[in-house]
Amino acid sequence: MAKKQKNNLKFDTDWQYDPAPESPELAKLNDSYDLFIDGKFVKPTGGKYFDTTSPSSHKTLAKVAEADKRDVAKAVTAARKAYEGTWSRLRPSERGKYLFRIARVIQERSRELAVTESLDGGKPIRESRDIDLPLVASHFFYHAGWADKLSYAFAGRKVSPLGVAGQIIPWNFPLLMAAWKIAPALATGNTVVIKPAESTPLTSLKLAEIIQEADLPPGVVNIVTGAGSTGEAIVRHPDVDKIAFTGSTEVGKLIRKTLAGTDKRLTLELGGKAANIVFEDAALDQAVEGIVNGIFFNQGHVCCAGSRLLVQESIAETLVRKLKDRMGTLVVGDPLDKNTDIGAINSKEQLKKIQGYLKVGQREGAEIFQTSCSLPKRGNWCPPTLFLNASQSHRISQEEIFGPVLAVQTFRTVDEAIDKANNTPFGLSGGVWTDKGAKAFHVSERIKAGVVWTNTFNKFDPASPFGGYKESGFGREGGRHGLEAYLNVIEAGGNR
Amino acid sequence: MSRNTSDKRLMVAKTYKLYIGGKFPRTESGRTFEARSPSGELLANLCRASRKDLREAVVVARKAFSDWSSRSGYNRGQILYRIAEMMEGRAEQMVNEICSQGVPATKSRKEVETAIERFVHYAGWADKYAQVHSSVNPVTSSHFNFSVPEAMGIVGIVAPNEPSILGLSTLLAPALAGGNVTIALVSETHPLAPATFAEILHSSDVPSGVVNILTGFRKELLHDLSTHMDVNAILAADLSPKERKLTEENSALNLKRVVHLPSKAVSATNHPGLSPILSLQETKTTWHPIGT
Repeated sequence: MAKKQKNNLKFDTDWQYDPAPESPELAKLNDSYDLFIDGKFVKPTGGKYFDTTSPSSHKTLAKVAEADKRDVAKAVTAARKAYEGTWSRLRPSERGKYLFRIARVIQERSRELAVTESLDGGKPIRESRDIDLPLVASHFFYHAGWADKLSYAFAGRKVSPLGVAGQIIPWNFPLLMAAWKIAPALATGNTVVIKPAESTPLTSLKLAEIIQEADLPPGVVNIVTGAGSTGEAIVRHPDVDKIAFTGSTEVGKLIRKTLAGTDKRLTLELGGKAANIVFEDAALDQAVEGIVNGIFFNQGHVCCAGSRLLVQESIAETLVRKLKDRMGTLVVGDPLDKNTDIGAINSKEQLKKIQGYLKVGQREGAEIFQTSCSLPKRGNWCPPTLFLNASQSHRISQEEIFGPVLAVQTFRTVDEAIDKANNTPFGLSGGVWTDKGAKAFHVSERIKAGVVWTNTFNKFDPASPFGGYKESGFGREGGRHGLEAYLNVIEAGGNR
Repeated sequence: MSRNTSDKRLMVAKTYKLYIGGKFPRTESGRTFEARSPSGELLANLCRASRKDLREAVVVARKAFSDWSSRSGYNRGQILYRIAEMMEGRAEQMVNEICSQGVPATKSRKEVETAIERFVHYAGWADKYAQVHSSVNPVTSSHFNFSVPEAMGIVGIVAPNEPSILGLSTLLAPALAGGNVTIALVSETHPLAPATFAEILHSSDVPSGVVNILTGFRKELLHDLSTHMDVNAILAADLSPKERKLTEENSALNLKRVVHLPSKAVSATNHPGLSPILSLQETKTTWHPIGT
């Protein structure tokens, strides 16, 4: 019998893909961008600008205005005026039509937006083109239709808008998070002051252009760029009625504390440490695809990433072998290349943080595996990484790494898998892989998390509520449930 | 306490205790506080629960959660209705206890009656809120996608001083209907009826640990409750601005959900309805692929 050949697929050395890049020119960037307040682009009061750079080349893409307290105050004033003067007086169906319009312009300019997103944030063009942008458009389209149907959403209860919503979004899905925040806020009749992340402001500023194109009344959406202090100014502004934050658990807790004792409404969408649980009866090849999608999608910069793999002991060896083989085929490199699977790590700070965890994991005694893919010389890169034999108490099993790093643990029984899955402070998402329907329901019911994928992972839809349990935050975004985050919902009374 | 000054029989006074894990212990701290009538007559010495009592309550509540939350809504509804039945039988005692601390008789009676109505109302919700709140979500991909409410876990109830039993019932019933387990800090100024209410719960098929009742000082216990890392949510009514701020600040430690209702929300004329049930539920969304 022939000796079994060692499976050794090296896609980047055994054969090469021809480069298939999108042109950076398609992004059509300006040299500098101002703040978008009251329907106009205005210079920042303090006259300060910061550079936004490409994480794949370290080239400066544009200068972007830094909003300080005074600019935030102007934006809130504009939003208040728009709320009282126009937006809350507009017929709901007309509000909806504006959102439909915005959705359409996004579809028309989606190639430009996708290229900008990949340039500024580092995610593969395949993802920004096929996942981010279609979801951005669909979020506006979906919520547009709610604007004149809100009375159907909450049986037995009456709804009214909150007023001015202050929104702070992260760098991992820059335009998609803007859509998640702006579309429901507007559909429910609120006006918005939003701050994109400082490392990925460009697509939000292009959205400002689109909002102008759509002729949305001035002040309904205000976009203020800047770093943490800009966000803090929004959180602390007394005339903001609601804060919606997506980002780290650490900052989320700080915001919760800051708003204590005030009547500002708050929703938080924070970190996660989701377990992908693979049972011995699962379709293993499909599970491998799901695990890869779960942790390497968007370089692992995903709050709901499946960053822990819990695999049943009886199939662990086979599954890990298949997973390593599949990882060997992943192409890391130029985000604008259509063949790229894993793009650039979003910032130098994030790369440093991930590299720190790679050391921590090894020091803690887990066994590291990385593919030997080639990495470009310039830019922020991290090869896809596994930590085998991780234990429950390891920091790499408990803390959010927010990178392409998967901690692998094994289990024997269903109960052990559930216990391990729930044994972190987080509760955003989870995955279950089994061919038995009853088991899939049993386990998904017991995972303490807001989103559970069975035999799939990292699927999103504007109609599907998203949000966490425990320290992953509170409130939902998307679907009928997500509307509540932007509404006063009171009992209608009635026949008792 | 009353003295025997004639041939009348000497009343047997009740010892008021805590209710933790289906048992009636005294506080481990040995501390007490007094409940007095408006004229200054001593009515009872009550347990001044300690941080350790509260922690013990959290431990037994956590143990009770999985069973209680996984019972059918129908079953929880029956138990809530059973509470209403038992309250009816003990109503006179609670009315007298509330009266003894200065609330007029008609008002006390109305309070107890309304509290009973609350349990009947929420008994009926137990097998319905999930249907009202759930949805099948029309996603574009080929998935069966649905959202359902799930109980948050351990809910700290901070009942108002007045109305003592109506306030407690208005907060407790929706928490229980929704499958949560609870630790209630009851009225500090009117603790007699809430302490008696624990005995009602005890004879109402409520599993041990599902409701735990602590009498004592809010100033001490609110801090311990809001900083506890295994408490998932707090439902409170009529906190002072300072108490509310402290509670919300402390809640940031593990991001407990804090729901604060104004005093009118727990009055006899207001009806809180479905909202307090849903405020103590998480929404879980599940994706199942559809295919062959």
